[in-house]
Amino acid sequence: MLAVIVAAFLAVPMVASPYLYTEILIPFLILSLAAIGLNILVGYCGQVSLGTGGFMAVGAYAAYNLWLRVPELNNLIVVFLFGGLMAAAVGILFGIPSLRIKGFYLAVATLASQFFLDWLFARVKWLTNYTPSGSVAVGKLEVFGWHVDTPADRYLLILGIVVVGTLVAKNLVRGHIGRSWMAVRDMDIAAEIIGFRPLRTKLTAFAVSSFFIGVAGAMWAFLRLGAWEPLAFDINRSFQILFMVIIGGLGSLVGSFMGAAFIVLMPILLNQLPGWFGIRMSTALLSHLEFMVFGAMIVFFLIVEPHGLARLWAVAKEKLRLWPFPH
Amino acid sequence: MVARVRSFPDVLLSVENISLSFGGVKALTDISFDIAKGEIRAIIGPNGAGKSSMLNCINGFYHPQQGAITYKGVRRSQMKPHEAAEQGIARTFQNIALFRGMSTLDNIMTGRNLRMKTGLFWQALHIGPAQREEIENRKVVERIIDFLEIQHIRKAPVGQLPYGLQKRVELGRALAAEPELLLLDEPMAGMNIEEKQDMCRFILDVNDEFGTTICLIEHDMGVVMDISDRVVVLDYGKKIGDGVPDEVRSNEAVVAAYLGVSH
Repeated sequence: MLAVIVAAFLAVPMVASPYLYTEILIPFLILSLAAIGLNILVGYCGQVSLGTGGFMAVGAYAAYNLWLRVPELNNLIVVFLFGGLMAAAVGILFGIPSLRIKGFYLAVATLASQFFLDWLFARVKWLTNYTPSGSVAVGKLEVFGWHVDTPADRYLLILGIVVVGTLVAKNLVRGHIGRSWMAVRDMDIAAEIIGFRPLRTKLTAFAVSSFFIGVAGAMWAFLRLGAWEPLAFDINRSFQILFMVIIGGLGSLVGSFMGAAFIVLMPILLNQLPGWFGIRMSTALLSHLEFMVFGAMIVFFLIVEPHGLARLWAVAKEKLRLWPFPH
Repeated sequence: MVARVRSFPDVLLSVENISLSFGGVKALTDISFDIAKGEIRAIIGPNGAGKSSMLNCINGFYHPQQGAITYKGVRRSQMKPHEAAEQGIARTFQNIALFRGMSTLDNIMTGRNLRMKTGLFWQALHIGPAQREEIENRKVVERIIDFLEIQHIRKAPVGQLPYGLQKRVELGRALAAEPELLLLDEPMAGMNIEEKQDMCRFILDVNDEFGTTICLIEHDMGVVMDISDRVVVLDYGKKIGDGVPDEVRSNEAVVAAYLGVSH
């Protein structure tokens, strides 16, 4: 694990091209953080959410407004933290119904939050600084005097934040707070009888989850897009992150990374693959193929392996350890 | 086997004239009994007699329409389950209610939840108070794991364990709370004779070593008569007998309820 982190910090910058940074590594890392956030809520606490895009938008626009209106705080770490905290506050607000409603009904309630937030950023002009169509852009970015300009700089900053974020998530899920989430997920009535307070537990999960998602949203806006409009965080984004969590593995942090890698790489691979075999396809057909493959994968994982790629990985490791003996 | 005769002067919990109904179905009618500090109290009765409902009233999961429960000298009518837990009432369930996705260790650690207070900040860093708290509570849990002889399944996900072991883990989770009053809902249901003997031993040891008051529901009459100090008998939601095992055994109403009488 340490080796992977060291390699990501030192070896990758030596070999990576700008294309690799902006199209693969940066999206992969940022979306991994968002997937970790959603996994805390869905995989660890068992509360389905379709509002991820909305919470990312809250993080992005909160960060934008702090960056714009308080230039003294032009430090990306502060700006991102602020985005995360605002998203956490909004997450708590939309998490309150979870005390009463579960499963599909909660999914619908969070879907409502997605549409409400979409509407908010399209209509409340102050939030987008009165720009037409809510499209905003950020300029000079720095962290403690370090100007984050090149793709490599952005990659390193994102990598640092994602590593710290993952560590924090790991600590939370292995401690008593994580156990309270899992207890509520596995059997909420028993959890209450042994002393957990359902509302407080669920709201902590919503807050922590939305915090991660908000930070990811702010990073997506500032470091991936640079200029964006509310559409960047629409319902498709919510589904994309949810698919990452399902394909990667519910209740697994490493699965969040696998799911993100899968969803970021799959379209690129599908684009390249026919070319390698000398088959020519129209882009329309390719994008349809992408939908079909995703759909099939999601159905496959839901039926065959709800614990996703993370479980397949664990099984494979176990098999390889014993190979070639059966047990 | 010689019946144990012990005396318990202090009342820990008393139930006064409890009535509970679900719509038109009367689950409990005018039930009164008490549980003395330090005793093993059994509630028995045929299926549907209202035994589990009685436990659910005691730990605040059901709210009886009439009557009151006095626990440690404090009378209460309505309370929430987590409040019961905070006051030292722990329980196990008839249909095992473990957290199936978690390991044995994590399940028992959840029993310590009321003693783990560090906030998000320290938890996120997992240093200082958070780590100390985790280690202290882990020690207690390890003692319980040793006591229940389940060291070998410490890391196993409980969903994959055999039934008898799951029951034991559930007892461990309840014990982890270090309760004053332990409610056991059919701790030996569906077990074979050896598992039952183990479970009896654990229950008696818990009672002896920690002085935990135990209220249990059980169908195996041999077990009940052997390990409990006093027995309450319910039938169709009414109390038909109460006393030491020998009294209950010779009570005609009890015999009739269990064996039926010829008309």
